Amino acid sequence: MARNVTSGRKTINTLAAWAIGILIFFPILWTILTSFKSEAQAISDPPIFFFFDWTLENYSVVQERSNYMRFLWNSVIIAGGSTILGIIIAVPAAWSMAFVPSNRTKDILLWMLSTKMLPAVGVLYPMYLLFIKMGLLDTRIGLVIVLMLINMPIIVWMLYTYFREIPGEILEASRMDGASLRDEIIYVLTPMALPGIASTLLLNFILAWNEAFWTLNLTAVNAAPLTAFIASYSSPEGLFFAKLSAASTMAIAPILLLGWFSQKQLVRGLTFGAVK
Amino acid sequence: MATQHSRSAARLMLAPAVVLLLGWMLVPLTMTLYFSFKKYLPLRGDTLSGGLDWVGFENYSRFIGSSAFWPSVQATLLIVGSVLVITVVLGILLAILLDQPMWGQGIVRILVISPFFVMPTVSALVWKNMFMDPVNGLLAHLFEFFGAEPVLWLSEASMESIILIVSWQWLPFATLILLTAIQSLDSEQLEASEIDGAPILKRFWYIVLPHLGRAITVVVLIQTIFLLSIFAEIFVTTGGAFGTKTLTYLIFQRVLESQNIGLGSAGGVYAIILANIVAIFLMRIVGKNLDK
Repeated sequence: MARNVTSGRKTINTLAAWAIGILIFFPILWTILTSFKSEAQAISDPPIFFFFDWTLENYSVVQERSNYMRFLWNSVIIAGGSTILGIIIAVPAAWSMAFVPSNRTKDILLWMLSTKMLPAVGVLYPMYLLFIKMGLLDTRIGLVIVLMLINMPIIVWMLYTYFREIPGEILEASRMDGASLRDEIIYVLTPMALPGIASTLLLNFILAWNEAFWTLNLTAVNAAPLTAFIASYSSPEGLFFAKLSAASTMAIAPILLLGWFSQKQLVRGLTFGAVK
Repeated sequence: MATQHSRSAARLMLAPAVVLLLGWMLVPLTMTLYFSFKKYLPLRGDTLSGGLDWVGFENYSRFIGSSAFWPSVQATLLIVGSVLVITVVLGILLAILLDQPMWGQGIVRILVISPFFVMPTVSALVWKNMFMDPVNGLLAHLFEFFGAEPVLWLSEASMESIILIVSWQWLPFATLILLTAIQSLDSEQLEASEIDGAPILKRFWYIVLPHLGRAITVVVLIQTIFLLSIFAEIFVTTGGAFGTKTLTYLIFQRVLESQNIGLGSAGGVYAIILANIVAIFLMRIVGKNLDK
């Protein structure tokens, strides 16, 4: 809404919005700041905001003590693997529903959405049991599969809404020119769909990265990702604010940056096209 | 445009996703349903291979009859309801503010959206220790500064604390969706009413709010589905103590802590039914949108 406003009103808007923005962001800012303090300064009363002795010590201690890199690697593998696997399976499905719709397409889409509503806790024990039986408990491949399945509806839906925006005439034209189905997908559809696929990839990577029910319940040591790494700091002996902050910052920093790039896709991805 | 050939190819391409999701839905669900009718206490020697006793609906009535059930339903509804009201009301106000012309809008947007990307275990832990710690937490310092007695947040005001943490996580989502909806509002209509001299509250009530109707519904439904199953926020902070045991957490405890699989499974079936009631409404809205 581009309306002419007085600069006075604009100043007030700006001040109010910035104040609220900073207030909402403050817990994150405070965590990042604290991660550079010494333990003594982290709990000093009154709190110190900027003028403390900046140190990187916490980061090296956290890495040494709890092997941050291993958890990070697990997170990357689990979030990345589940997203890529999900996309590989979802692209053909979304393609077929967007370009060759049948009278059941709508039902299938809604049914896929409904599987997303299944509360995880309702199937906790069966999953636990299946994981034990199949030797998947505390393995990365097990979590890759579960997270792929829980995010599959979102992936299919996002891709479907992106694909629907590609004009069908272009595909028809390529078919007239004698392109096979395979050529059509590789040379015509994929280049046009790449931005949509990239956004889907990004958002689902974030969702998988932050998933904290299955990753906490189906891992112990070997496959534990950053969600579990952080949860291990909730025990009393882990109560060092500066180290907790350093660990937290390391767990959220990569995803915060990705998130800032994907904020526009967030709306489409999480409202299943209901809000545009 | 579709030929017979491309139709069958399309069906083939759809198959893997459908089969996988069907398996994901049916296999664990059937098992949960099966266990819910059985007595299954692994710690007392019940094994799958040894056969489980059929107990009919006993698990279902025991789950509802247990003294922890109704408080857990209340806790769940209180958390979901409060977070919904807080995020929707503040989300609307914030969306309207962010829609106004200002300097550095992009940066403010990033600041506001950020909490959504913080993993639940981190936000719970940061709030629990660095803000709500009764001795060293920032809120304790703040209260002391104003001469007030520091609050034992997670034990004395446990519910409020959880609601605060969860609202902080979900306010960005509500704001972002509502902002997207507001930006699609026809500005000419607003300008016309502004010129006609409609006061700001009336403009909000008769033009902005009706326009936001659907976005609000979508926010409410989607958040409800996620909020019904919040887990990490409670797991990390109170561990279900001090009246913060939600239905999800109660089932988790029955299954993994007390290892009563039958009872937990019956609870799981209740949770599934509850989530499906919400889901039906959401699907209707999304389905309507598909026809366009």
